[in-house]
Amino acid sequence: MLAKRIIPCMDIKDGRIVKGVEFKNLKDAGDPVEAAKKYSDEGADELVFLDITASSDRRKTQIELVRRTSEEVFIPYTVGGGIKTVKDINQLLRAGADKVSVNTAAVQNPGLISKGAEEFGSQCIVCAIDAKKDSGSGRWQVYIYGGREPVGLDALEWAKKVQKLGAGEILLTSMDADGTQDGYDIELTRVISEGVNIPVIASGGAGNLKHLADALKEGKADAVLAASIFHYGTYTIKETKEYLKKQGIPVRL
Amino acid sequence: MIVIVDYKLGNIRSVENAFRKAGAKVSVSSSASDILSADGLVVPGVGAFKKATENLKELNIYDTILNSIKSQKPYLGICLGFQMLFTESSEYGKTSGFDIFPGKVEKFERDVKIPHMGWNSVSYLNDSPMFEGIPEGNYFYFDHSYYVIPSEGSVVAGTTDYGNEFVSAVCAGSIWGAQFHPEKSADIGLEIIRNFSKYAG
Repeated sequence: MLAKRIIPCMDIKDGRIVKGVEFKNLKDAGDPVEAAKKYSDEGADELVFLDITASSDRRKTQIELVRRTSEEVFIPYTVGGGIKTVKDINQLLRAGADKVSVNTAAVQNPGLISKGAEEFGSQCIVCAIDAKKDSGSGRWQVYIYGGREPVGLDALEWAKKVQKLGAGEILLTSMDADGTQDGYDIELTRVISEGVNIPVIASGGAGNLKHLADALKEGKADAVLAASIFHYGTYTIKETKEYLKKQGIPVRL
Repeated sequence: MIVIVDYKLGNIRSVENAFRKAGAKVSVSSSASDILSADGLVVPGVGAFKKATENLKELNIYDTILNSIKSQKPYLGICLGFQMLFTESSEYGKTSGFDIFPGKVEKFERDVKIPHMGWNSVSYLNDSPMFEGIPEGNYFYFDHSYYVIPSEGSVVAGTTDYGNEFVSAVCAGSIWGAQFHPEKSADIGLEIIRNFSKYAG
């Protein structure tokens, strides 16, 4: 039986892991390859690197990171951040990334998803969706530029569209829940997960192990992504999986 | 020397690094002469079927690989390189494969999420050298939307349950194939790479 995936996520700036509070006060939190190796040894199922480097050197640092990671880490990993063209995708895959995550560029140019899927296969094209609930309509709106700009797209409609275009997976972040540690947005996760036929990774809001179980069971997510609970050492991957197994969730232990 | 065939698509470095980690002598190449002199061939997995066969033909190595497989040079096909062993695939229009094994490659049409993405276990059908030293029930990493339907079962080494059982590994003499990614399946996957390196070496 297919196991549910537990995915630590690392924010990368200039080739280092950074931690911050509400995107401010970024602090250096170590070497991403060392962290990736540690998570892999502990039994993480996959890793995500999100590059938040703003400079034009971003691609260079991304490629360097991917290259170093592929020499040390033998589990799949996804790289995201600033990917705009099919050439960007090819460079990262050839450097050793297993998947790339596209977000803003895919909203602005949906052809990036279809071209990427046709060339490299759907399995390596992850579409990241940042969604925020609109209090008026009760539906979720898509935001781009790291959550700064709404684009007037309904999250469910967009999720269906990216599936059609050939995305192999959706990395779904609730902007309302992100950083709160109060739990994933279960309703959003379930609506998207039931609305598409590609895997959905729940992201944003993990504070304890029950939150992960809730996203997988009630939210019907195929995978859960978390950052702080792993980086701060609140839980190890192993104890996370042991907990989920006790809840009857299939995991790779 | 084991040669990993580079058909200019997607992630090839992970496969190379996994062979190095497993202690194998390995090189990455798109040249026919390297393929001819190799002790074993690895055709890795990222890319779409049609584009991959087109690239192999453009590089003028499609027939070289096909003849190598037929002349029993050890071959390990991963994901797409495994699917290419069969007669034809329906991915992005009908495309012919190497037709080493009669059978077709079709898209999953069942009540499950597609792609089949993540860690799943493999049931062994026989004592293949591929899984030597790996207890049954271990998890391997899968990431695919298409799966093989062999016309005859004797070459099947392993199956996996995703909605229904499907064929996830073949092992027939010198021809090995895995739908999953050994290079991404942590220590267990490196074990398969060691087994192949030993066999080819």
